[in-house]
Amino acid sequence: MDWLRRWIQVLATIVSNAFWKFPATRMIYQGPLKSVCLPGLNCYSCPAATGACPIGALQHFMAGVRPALQAARFHFGLYVIGFLGIIGSLAGRMPCGWVCPFGFFQELMYKIPSPKWTLPKWMGVGKYVFLVLFVLVLPLAVVDEFGYGQTWYCKTICPAGTLEAGLPMLHLQPQLKTLVGLLFYGKLAILIGFLGWMVASRRPFCRTACPLGAIYSLFNRVSLFRMVHHPDLCVRCDACYQGCPMGIRFYEGPNQTDCIRCLKCLRQSCKFGAISWEIASGPVPRSEPESKEAPG
Amino acid sequence: MKSFPKAPLFLAVFFLLLCLAGINLGEVPSVLEKAARICLSCIGIG
Repeated sequence: MDWLRRWIQVLATIVSNAFWKFPATRMIYQGPLKSVCLPGLNCYSCPAATGACPIGALQHFMAGVRPALQAARFHFGLYVIGFLGIIGSLAGRMPCGWVCPFGFFQELMYKIPSPKWTLPKWMGVGKYVFLVLFVLVLPLAVVDEFGYGQTWYCKTICPAGTLEAGLPMLHLQPQLKTLVGLLFYGKLAILIGFLGWMVASRRPFCRTACPLGAIYSLFNRVSLFRMVHHPDLCVRCDACYQGCPMGIRFYEGPNQTDCIRCLKCLRQSCKFGAISWEIASGPVPRSEPESKEAPG
Repeated sequence: MKSFPKAPLFLAVFFLLLCLAGINLGEVPSVLEKAARICLSCIGIG
């Protein structure tokens, strides 16, 4: 099953970044597909990007609310909020595990051999702080003399933007190097920090700093697709935790906010049939339990 | 057999209506306008 997820992750990364003419044009894709939001985190200023990053688009609307209202344009970002809400209410945080290019990148980074470090649970609060403060409040509240705010998360934090857009654009358009300042070096330091962290911990960006994951996570308990735990079959052997890319103990709650519904625990980890999923409370496909004895 | 959950469908319809309202208000060209330009401040340059 995990091979299927891998292929879907590869396919989604290619589809999200399918403008391969950029080495010749030295520009980003500017066609009509850029009006469509992507379900995963993928910077729209990446030279190869074919769609819009929903978090960047959401900040853009928040930053422009006042001037838009003054011009009698009622642009509140309903298109983006609606898009994310549809996905969330159907699948919860599943896009993080299946189609997010940056999530896929983090899983690959974690394969690099190194001492590994377990993230404390409280660090998961960070992504909600980033969502509320940097994506919603600061772009709305801190404005210039014309009423325009800024895309604070993209500008000061997003390591995906630095990796996918900042560094490639500096290479493609060397004249931009004259504009590089403290802000860019700060973002570069954040990126380097996360790159090291990705090697040592499982998906640290998703768990601590991704506002898109924070939005999807709010839907995990109410989405149409749901994970199901069968406590009668569970021996709490922690096999689910050891294999989970988000470091979740499934028996502590099958639809926790950090679960990205990758189904690795169902297909690879649990030997007891204690994990399954359902859609709209329909019949549950379950793996056959091997025995009721914990391994080892 | 469990009953069919209404909450996710209600939410999906609600957000679909929000999305359609945004499209109707002309937000799609606004997304295109932003996404089709290199946003230097967005990527920490300039």
